[in-house]
Amino acid sequence: MTPAPDGRAIRPALQATGLLLHLAGRPVVDRVDLRLAAGQWTALVGPNGAGKSSLLALLAGLRPPDAGTLHLAGRPLLDWPARERAQRLAWLSQQGQAEGEIAVADVVRLGRLPHQGLFGAPSAADEAAVQAAMAETECLPLAGRRLNALSGGERQRVLLARALAVGAPVLLLDEPTTHLDAPHQRALVRSLAARARAGAAVVAVLHDLNLALMADRLLVMDQGRLVADGAPADAAVRRQLVEVFDQSFSIEPVARLADPSAAPQWVAVPAR
Amino acid sequence: MSGATLLTPLPAPKPGRIVAGRRPWLTPWRLGGLLASLALLLLAAGLAAGSDGFSLAWGDEAGLIRAIRAPRTLGALAAGALLGLAGALAQGLFRNPLADPYLLGSAAGASLGVVAVLAIGGLGGSTIGLATAGWLLRLGLVGAAFAGALAGVSLTVLLAGGAARPIKLLLCGVVVGVLMGAMSDLLMLVSPEALRGKQVFLLGSTGFLGWHSVALLAGSLALLLPLALRFARVLDALVLGEASAASLGLALPAVRLLLVVLMALATGSAVSQAGLVAFVGLVAPHLVRRWVVVTHGPLLALSAAAGGVLLLAADVAARSVIAPQELPVGVLTALLGGLYLLVLLRRQGAAP
Repeated sequence: MTPAPDGRAIRPALQATGLLLHLAGRPVVDRVDLRLAAGQWTALVGPNGAGKSSLLALLAGLRPPDAGTLHLAGRPLLDWPARERAQRLAWLSQQGQAEGEIAVADVVRLGRLPHQGLFGAPSAADEAAVQAAMAETECLPLAGRRLNALSGGERQRVLLARALAVGAPVLLLDEPTTHLDAPHQRALVRSLAARARAGAAVVAVLHDLNLALMADRLLVMDQGRLVADGAPADAAVRRQLVEVFDQSFSIEPVARLADPSAAPQWVAVPAR
Repeated sequence: MSGATLLTPLPAPKPGRIVAGRRPWLTPWRLGGLLASLALLLLAAGLAAGSDGFSLAWGDEAGLIRAIRAPRTLGALAAGALLGLAGALAQGLFRNPLADPYLLGSAAGASLGVVAVLAIGGLGGSTIGLATAGWLLRLGLVGAAFAGALAGVSLTVLLAGGAARPIKLLLCGVVVGVLMGAMSDLLMLVSPEALRGKQVFLLGSTGFLGWHSVALLAGSLALLLPLALRFARVLDALVLGEASAASLGLALPAVRLLLVVLMALATGSAVSQAGLVAFVGLVAPHLVRRWVVVTHGPLLALSAAAGGVLLLAADVAARSVIAPQELPVGVLTALLGGLYLLVLLRRQGAAP
């Protein structure tokens, strides 16, 4: 375990050991060990079919692994009562699964369901969390519109607001940038970093490597295996990242104009 | 969506629902009021509509009204409400606007039940003419339709291994429908007179509704609607998709099974009293969603109201358009419902 400043071990927010999942006889998640700490935002990257979404679904407790163990805040994930687990762990699915004609504000309110229970009434804290999540994703102007009447990007922001409204200390997001325009993608990344600074453990599956390289930590997956795990500043991690994408690009440092003394931002550049 | 907005003071949450869309004046409550007023108007029309046109001489016809028109009118309202509720439940459960109350085998089950009773009656030697059908036979048919509808849905759920996977449930519903339909056909081959009886009984008719039907239908509605409303947020969560709803901590297989049971009971009681009335369950939720943007709680309640108004309107029309003859109400709802869906499709086709 990660040693804390006073020498004691910090309990990870979410811990996985030896995760294994087979689909149609093929291992899609292959012996993955993972420890997610609070206060860190992590990008999960890898080629199509690498097993990123499956790993995220396992981490979210949406399906039991074939083998391996999962602990949320030190307690086996599948032992948590469903509602308590849902208060501590929020998951955003890939887009395209939400379909319906209820109003945007009511979609976001669903994020508070784990706190209210099925029969509970919303408290002032619930409404405040809903408003905050909608403000954070710029969804407030959409509040009264039907979910089905939104554009792809608007809908993605609404679903993201729903996941943020939970206020969970563990946040697992499957391709949260889908359909977002470039400014909203940047804003999303800032939002994830802010959530992490506020004490959450955040994992986002990302396809835009330049966004992923802004993360505190990179998880690189290939064919079900976790092949690299570390900060983007770690040369071995960057090498592995280029490797799994068949060297189709290189990763170069770019100094920040605003603050040249800061650590460089890493940028993926297409190979010739 | 910058992180900084987290730190800025947030606007105070606005109380109440957000009113949306093209018709901000039409709140869910107002639509409810509108439907209630329509229902009252139609109730009056239903009491006044006789075989010789509308009559407001209620004093002269008090006996007729009490014995025939009142139970029929109230029964149509309650049966329509049950179908509207079942339709809204089906569309929410299967996340499909084309889902209707009959899709899990209840229609085929009810038909089979009715045909079986008629065939057994026919083979026993007694002549079955529905016009002269005795009270006992009528009771048997009602019971058979109700039991058949529930048996159809139970078989579907059993074959699907529970309600964990909605797609499997839908497919098993199709299978059960085909199998039970084949069994009905076989019975009707053996006992052809059952065919006519089944047609009269299941075509969708409000003509048989008596006070005992009203009691049964109103009782079912009073039981099922509040229960369904209590679990309506599950249907809201299902909007996000199966997995996301599960990630919110909902025990989906169990709650979905409960909602399927509520839907089967609502459908079964409506079908046993009024036959297989077409399209009311399908169209009522569509009408409501066209007018207001609501969560499933108000949607279920308003769909029930809209279903009641629709079936009652169809009943009044069926009694009066070719008076003193009368149309089976199921034929009328099928005709109007089909036309409405066609208009809806054409409009959607015209939209970009």
